[in-house]
Amino acid sequence: MKKLINRPEDLVEESLAGLALAQPDLLRVVAPGVVVRIDAPRRGKVGLVSGGGSGHEPLHAGFVGPGMLDAACPGAVFTSPVPDQILAATRAVDGGAGVLHIVKNYTGDVMNFEMAAELAAADGIEVRAVTVADDVAVQDSLYTAGRRGVGGTLLVEKIAGAAAEAGADLAEVERLARRVCDGARSMGVALSGCTVPAVGRPTFELADDEMEIGIGIHGEPGRARVPLAPAAEVVRQLAEPILADLPFRAGDGVLAFVNGMGGTPLIELHVVFGALHRLLAGRGITVERSLVGPYVTSLEMAGCSITLLRLDDELRRLWDAPVRTAALRWGR
Amino acid sequence: MTETPAGAVFGAAPTVGVPELADWLRRFAALVAAAKDELTALDAAIGDADHGVNLDRGLQAVVARLPELGAPGATPASLLKGVALTLISTVGGASGPLYGTFFLRLAGSLGDAPAVGPGELAAGLRAGLDGMAERGRTQLDDKTMVDALAPAIAALAAGLPAAWDEVLARSVAAGAAGRDRVTPLVARKGRASYLGERSAGHQDPGATSAVLLLEALRDALAPAGAPG
Ligand SMILES: Nc1ncnc2c1ncn2[C@@H]1O[C@H](COP(=O)(O)OP(=O)(O)OP(=O)(O)O)[C@@H](O)[C@H]1O
Ligand SMILES: [Mg+2]
Repeated sequence: MKKLINRPEDLVEESLAGLALAQPDLLRVVAPGVVVRIDAPRRGKVGLVSGGGSGHEPLHAGFVGPGMLDAACPGAVFTSPVPDQILAATRAVDGGAGVLHIVKNYTGDVMNFEMAAELAAADGIEVRAVTVADDVAVQDSLYTAGRRGVGGTLLVEKIAGAAAEAGADLAEVERLARRVCDGARSMGVALSGCTVPAVGRPTFELADDEMEIGIGIHGEPGRARVPLAPAAEVVRQLAEPILADLPFRAGDGVLAFVNGMGGTPLIELHVVFGALHRLLAGRGITVERSLVGPYVTSLEMAGCSITLLRLDDELRRLWDAPVRTAALRWGR
Repeated sequence: MTETPAGAVFGAAPTVGVPELADWLRRFAALVAAAKDELTALDAAIGDADHGVNLDRGLQAVVARLPELGAPGATPASLLKGVALTLISTVGGASGPLYGTFFLRLAGSLGDAPAVGPGELAAGLRAGLDGMAERGRTQLDDKTMVDALAPAIAALAAGLPAAWDEVLARSVAAGAAGRDRVTPLVARKGRASYLGERSAGHQDPGATSAVLLLEALRDALAPAGAPG
């Protein structure tokens, strides 16, 4: 294992401390694993709290700031945060208008957020939760844990964040978050595994001519190991299941998000984006908004994911609204 | 554990008080620490390589708090409630809330008695299991820790009032059999479910740690002279 760390057990806190020092005008760390917008709580504003395992940076702490999250609670690497953290974040951002929890659909995250919401309710804080489950690689069923939350999470945080910033009430922010969940679909591919610092070995190994398709963002193996293919073919293997699932149709306008898993350079991500753009054009689907970069990562894993969100005026306006966070900023 | 548990005549059922429960937790922590790499390796195959690390972190925190949690005035319920809250706030992942809820419900079922008998303990473990399955929305055959605990706890209740050490041994055997029985199955809960068919044939990490919990119980409550 070759990493720029001191001790694995200090990694998360040291990284958060560094982030806070780098972004003193945006956020602060109020307790271990609790990152809060510098001006929280904002009276009368719905608070947005998200969180999950660390190792997906800049998700979620890099999205704390005006127009996006009010707080993030990162757990240990790839491990959901504990209820105490989520409760502390919820209390810190409650401005009297209620708090929305944005939860990626993993058993651990869902249960820990649920326990925190029960505790917050006992404090008299109104909490609603939306669960992001956009990964089409996982077959959904009533009897399983369901789909994972992956790249679509960023879109939920941005759009719900814009609504909350504009003064929407809790029910409205929740409705918009659900609209994004309903309209977003993702799928990812890995060209390499990644190494959890506390473990010290890669979670899986791939030969030079192999890729793992249908991966999540926790270094877990995906649905199938297949031969490595040129970028255009990989894009086809990712985009087809996404398009078929919603389904996206000719005439749709979409936000196309090509996400790097942490170890793939932008030069390759733009090749992927170009291929995706051509594939969508061929289906009569217009790319109205785009995002390319490593935003929802899996440590140093090589690979990428594609997320498509069907847009309309409402979602487009909220996507375009100003945002000022460590990792995403435009407008204003 | 140096003292002989109360009532530890060969084969007789001891009463279970704060020292025995603390010993159970200490032994569970030691077994998990020793199996940490194995648990994590099992989780790397069908999950995210953190089960051993998560549980070890939480149980080390529990062990550190045991002197305080078991101090004079403690009851089985207060001890186990402290254990539950410590696990919930230090383990994270799926296993934090699941094991945490298990101990919380077990604590809740024991009232404020200073010690309990085997029947009450078995009923409490059953309540803990129900709480865990409720929290996880877990069914049998989902391929989780529940598949090891359910048959083990059933064996405990069914085995009484036979000799306590035999009942405990049978309970461990039933738990291990449950763990192994679901290995060929496709996981339906937790991260392993994302693998679909590829999860079949892999031993579940949570069912594996659950058997350690049962072994620790056996070792802590078996009469003097038993291994450990
Ligand atoms: N819904 C559930 N009900 C009961 N047990 C479950 C459930 N989901 C997962 N488990 C158990 O939890 C074990 C995994 O625990 P672990 O500590 O690795 O959590 P995790 O799923 O990796 O959590 P996180 O996703 O936050 O990291 C599985 O092997 C399984 O036995
Ligand atoms: Mg795990």
